[in-house]
Amino acid sequence: MNNFLESLTRRRLLRGMLAGSAVSVGLPLLDIFLNGNGNALADGSPMPIRFGTWGWGLGMSEKIFKPKQYGASWELPEEIESLKPVQKHLNLYTGFNGFRDAAPNLCHTTGWVILRSGAAPLSGNDKPNETIDVTVAKKIGTTTRFPMLTMSATGDPRDTQSYESASLINTSEGSALGLYTTVFGPDFQDPNAKEFKPNPKIMVRQSVISSVMDNTKKLEQMVGAEDKQRIDQYFTGLRDLEKQFERQLTKPEPREACVAPKPLRGDIATGVDYELVNKRHQTMTDILVMAMACDQTRVFNMLYSKSFASTTKPDYEKPHHTASHEEPIDQALGYQPMVSWFLRRAFENWAYFVGAFAKVKEGDGTLLDNMAIYASTDQSFAKIHSIEGLPMFSAGRAGGKLKTGLHIDGQGTTGCRLGYTLMQAIGLDIPHWGNQSNQTNKPIAEMVV
Amino acid sequence: MRLFDRVSHRSNIAGRSILAGIAGSAVLALAACSQPGGDAKPSAPAAAAETALPDSTSAARVRLMTASQYANVIADVFGADIKPGKPLGPLTRTDGLVASGASKVGVTSSDMMKLQRAASAVATQVVDNGNLAQEIPSHRDSLVPCKPKDPAASDDACATKFIAQTGRLLYRRPLADDLLSAYVAKAKKAADDNKDFYAGLTGVLEGMLVDPNVLMITDIAEADPKHAGQKRLDAYSVASRLSFFLWNTVPDDTLLKMAQSGELLTPKGRAKAVDMMLASPKLENGVRAFFDDMFAFDDFDNLSKDGAVYPIVTGAALKDAREQTLRTVADHLVTRRGDYRDLFTTKHTFMSPALAAIYQVPTRPGWTPYDFPETSPRQGILTHISFLAVHSHPARSSATLRGKALRELFLCQKVPAPPANVDFSALEDPTSPFRTARDRVNFHLQNPVCAGCHKITDPMGLALENFDGGGQYRDNEKGVAIDASGNLDGASFKDVTGLSKALRDHSQVPRCLVRRVYSYGTGGPLTNDSNDQIDALTKVFASSGYRVPDLMRAIALSDAFIRVSDAEVPKATASAAASPAVAAH
Repeated sequence: MNNFLESLTRRRLLRGMLAGSAVSVGLPLLDIFLNGNGNALADGSPMPIRFGTWGWGLGMSEKIFKPKQYGASWELPEEIESLKPVQKHLNLYTGFNGFRDAAPNLCHTTGWVILRSGAAPLSGNDKPNETIDVTVAKKIGTTTRFPMLTMSATGDPRDTQSYESASLINTSEGSALGLYTTVFGPDFQDPNAKEFKPNPKIMVRQSVISSVMDNTKKLEQMVGAEDKQRIDQYFTGLRDLEKQFERQLTKPEPREACVAPKPLRGDIATGVDYELVNKRHQTMTDILVMAMACDQTRVFNMLYSKSFASTTKPDYEKPHHTASHEEPIDQALGYQPMVSWFLRRAFENWAYFVGAFAKVKEGDGTLLDNMAIYASTDQSFAKIHSIEGLPMFSAGRAGGKLKTGLHIDGQGTTGCRLGYTLMQAIGLDIPHWGNQSNQTNKPIAEMVV
Repeated sequence: MRLFDRVSHRSNIAGRSILAGIAGSAVLALAACSQPGGDAKPSAPAAAAETALPDSTSAARVRLMTASQYANVIADVFGADIKPGKPLGPLTRTDGLVASGASKVGVTSSDMMKLQRAASAVATQVVDNGNLAQEIPSHRDSLVPCKPKDPAASDDACATKFIAQTGRLLYRRPLADDLLSAYVAKAKKAADDNKDFYAGLTGVLEGMLVDPNVLMITDIAEADPKHAGQKRLDAYSVASRLSFFLWNTVPDDTLLKMAQSGELLTPKGRAKAVDMMLASPKLENGVRAFFDDMFAFDDFDNLSKDGAVYPIVTGAALKDAREQTLRTVADHLVTRRGDYRDLFTTKHTFMSPALAAIYQVPTRPGWTPYDFPETSPRQGILTHISFLAVHSHPARSSATLRGKALRELFLCQKVPAPPANVDFSALEDPTSPFRTARDRVNFHLQNPVCAGCHKITDPMGLALENFDGGGQYRDNEKGVAIDASGNLDGASFKDVTGLSKALRDHSQVPRCLVRRVYSYGTGGPLTNDSNDQIDALTKVFASSGYRVPDLMRAIALSDAFIRVSDAEVPKATASAAASPAVAAH
């Protein structure tokens, strides 16, 4: 297990900074980073609110997953008992549905697409709406170096639940080393560095990109209507790149908890053996936490396992997905033992994920306090591809807008209410979200402060 | 060697045969002649292919480069020691090909940032000055065609030379004057600001490498003088279409010169270019790239096997398995000019030490040619570890996955997705009698909901049950002798040898390949108007003796390859360098 974040408290960070010779920031640090109350940045602007998604495949074993109690006092059933250390930081949602209306039940697809986009897909290639992370990034991802980061612990870039349209899929970073290089590679600028000097290479890039953009506009005039749209999207990408250059040429605000992780010595081997997936997930999580702490991005997607979860266990011949269909329910236990074994590994990683953000001090709280994380899956009971009673989690308090530590009953309403509530909490002014029966304008009142 | 293609002097029968017969007879009169591995006689040429095929057009398209094309472009323009990175992620497979998905996919902002980082890394390498102490050669000495008067200052003449030469190759046409001027001005400013001539080149090269005119392969159309009121590709677009089709990379200097002169737009000129390209060693790269795509070998990128169950089927062995099949394909189809259908029955292949352990054959260092004995159940690519391992679970085989892959990859059929509400628990019930894959499959067939699809996939998948999920041979499963008999669309067989032959002789195998090659060559999925073209090309393919280079030639010389439909015609503007005016031919 990667312990990089285990001891990363603010006090320790201060000690480390004082002991180090590379950083010469004088005390008191809080005066540099924060206002006097520790609840806003030094310039008076509020703490940034971040949003992210976390995904796992193949739902739950309801009998040992669903707590018997609702509200603030609920006991963790066997399958999710690993969440105990972070229970107070998250909410669990059961009894919410994904409504497909007239659309077919596309195995392992319909459920996650509804929860992430608000609409049921009509076919495997259909990508209705845009996913929630994209919507959020347009609002809160415009001032950071990366509008969003998308990664998958499976190692496969194709495993993603983020898209803008059917032709604009946000592929995942499947390599921990790749993620590190992306964020903390040569172009990383330490926001806490004593001196800021604009990188001359970036100034050159900024100059040249304008010519490329001009040339792109000319190309757009040369192609048919459908391709014009694709070139226009390309132009948007160039414009975002230009903005990235602009931001890199501006002195970044100091960030209290930002400490660039040490470079990785190598990458994690290819494969979906659960231990490899654990290692990849935890290493990526640690990098992501610092990416957020260093304000390199404010939106992310982390996929622990894809919807057709292919995680394997040594000496067991079936991957998780195959087991979900072929393993019989143990009549004595009332659930599928091996399927639950795989799910427990997923929830252990969810606990690690939430805990990693909760360990980082920010102001008078933690990084997690200023986040809203939305965790969803593709099925409730994967054996029969059910999308009734889709389990979901959230974590973080969105800067004090949300309550945590709750188990909430959806009473058969659409699961899109959670996405809607989270978007409202982080400041998106949207009258409703979702299509047809999944459309909602009703936030989940129990969780709203 | 960068920039200019070296025409191979090795025996390349494809090129010679085609060149020999340029003046020759009608395509549809061709007869199969040469045999794989033998002294192949030149097949009759396809010189009249463009007139024998239906009067047709293809769609003008804008295609995002694939990851392998990007890597090839960097290697061909700058040299193989420039590391390209992996900025282009996997594309959505469309109509059986990743290459077809490239005509539909867009570039997200996240993609753009990856492309920029890769561009920066490439540009830095191209102009680096090396390090004598570390024995790192200076790339700028070989890749920048001139020396600045003062390396600490701008030099417009030298910058112009580098940008124009490199830009011509990357953009696959000369840079328009205004763009060249803009780039030179940017290089000058960067050089002066940084007191470094090469900083200017680096910045401009970075920019070029994120330009959609470089990364999107765009068909540019112009008026077709042979068909009033209709359009054809301009000469540079023809060069690009040919080059990415046959070589999976950018046009070389020769091809660009033929585009510049207009020769490429004449029937003779195009035939000359195509024959030159078919005779090039780069054809092997092109053929490998096509089959890597058609066989969905991108699945290897994230494939792993359960080490506890298959300890010798390691990551290195799986990498070799992919390479083995591609070597077999290139050797059989390009070097030997073999019948495509014989890929499913050939005993000839190549062996590496890692694979030898799995195949349980003698080990030799490196890659060596190998023939499976006549008594071996191994024959053809269905029995390669690549096919067997990819279409299996991590720790067990799957008759269903293999049958589905056989139908979708080689017969271009679509197997429906399974229904949502199916209970397979009986398969693993400890008290169940199911010990073999056949027992499990028979269970599926008892359920009418399952039977519909499993009847499509399982009878041929079961014939591969003598190979486990790692591709290793076995004669029993859990102590029960394996029954590998089956049926493929009416052809019954008793084992995998029979399956291979049945597939080899299946009437849809050649047509499926034609569909895929035509889509690949013209850059996108088939349209409803393509059927006549596919029918005619299938006849051409049969007449050639199912020689793939001949099929590629026929497609490359077809009318539809250069004529584009009005519906999706891009119009040339002043921003791109105009193609040479060519009189009606």
